[in-house]
Amino acid sequence: MIPISYYLFLALGLFSIGMIGVMTRRNIIIILMCVELMLNSVNLLLVAFSKMHHAKNIGTEAGIDGQMLVLFIMVVAAAEVAIGLSIMILFYRKLHNVDVKSLNRLKH
Amino acid sequence: MGTAEILFFVLAGLTLLSGLLTVTSKNPIHSILYLIITFFSISGHYILLNAQFLAVVNIIVYAGAIMVLFLFVVMLMNLNKGDKSFSKSFVLLAGGITAALFFALTVGIFLKSDVYEANQTLLASGDIGLTEKLGSVLYRDYVVPFELASILFMAAMIGAVLLSKKTDDLHIKD
Repeated sequence: MIPISYYLFLALGLFSIGMIGVMTRRNIIIILMCVELMLNSVNLLLVAFSKMHHAKNIGTEAGIDGQMLVLFIMVVAAAEVAIGLSIMILFYRKLHNVDVKSLNRLKH
Repeated sequence: MGTAEILFFVLAGLTLLSGLLTVTSKNPIHSILYLIITFFSISGHYILLNAQFLAVVNIIVYAGAIMVLFLFVVMLMNLNKGDKSFSKSFVLLAGGITAALFFALTVGIFLKSDVYEANQTLLASGDIGLTEKLGSVLYRDYVVPFELASILFMAAMIGAVLLSKKTDDLHIKD
C-alpha cells in the first residue's frame, strides 16, 4: 500500500528539522526538545522497517525486533529527559539564564 | 489513491509542519505545544502501521509524561521569555547547509541501495504490533534488557533526586 521510501523521506525530514534545531537554537530547553524530535523520527522509521520485514514473511514473527527496539529507545529517552532536566535546573540556579552561550567556563 | 495513502499524506504533512513550528517558535511554551502535536501525529502513523501498543505508549510516555515535565520546568522557572534564542545568521546558514547536505547524502545512499529497488509496500495490518505478541516476545527473548531497563530507571530516579538537592557549597567565580 505505502512504499517504504515515503516513510524514509518523512523520517529524514523530521531528523533534519531536529538537527537544525539543535545546531541553531540557543535556549537549552528547545535543544533538548529537538533531541526528542530526532529520537521520535528514528522510532517511526524503525516501526516502518519492522512492518516491511513482516510483510516479506507474513506468518512468522519476523519484524518484531524493530518494535522492541523502539520500546527500549522510549525507555532510555524518558530516563535521559529526567536527568537532563534536573541538570538544566542546576544550571539555571547558578547562572540565572538558559542560554548555552554562557556555558563557557572552561575557556578561562 | 486509497484511504491509507490519503491518511499517510495528511499525517505526514501535520508531522512536518508541527516539527518545523517547534524548531522556529520564539516562545518555549509554543514549542512544547507544537511538539505535543508532533507526538500525536507520530502516534497516528503508528496506528496506520498497526503498531497499536507503541501508539498508546508513545502518547502516554512522550506526550503525557515527558512533555508535561518540560512544561512544569518551563513554567516553574518562568522561562517563557523568548528573547535572543536564535543564533546569529551565519550560524543559521551553516546549520541549514549542514542539514541539507545530510539529507542529500542519506537520500543518495538510499536511492542506490537495493531496498529502494525492491521498494516493498507496507502492510497496514498484520499482527506483530499487537500487545500480546509484543508482550510474549518481550518476556521470552528480551527479558534481560527489560530487567536492565528497570535498573536504569532506578539510577535515573536516584540521579534526579540527588541533582536537585539544594547545595550551598557550590561556588562559581563570577
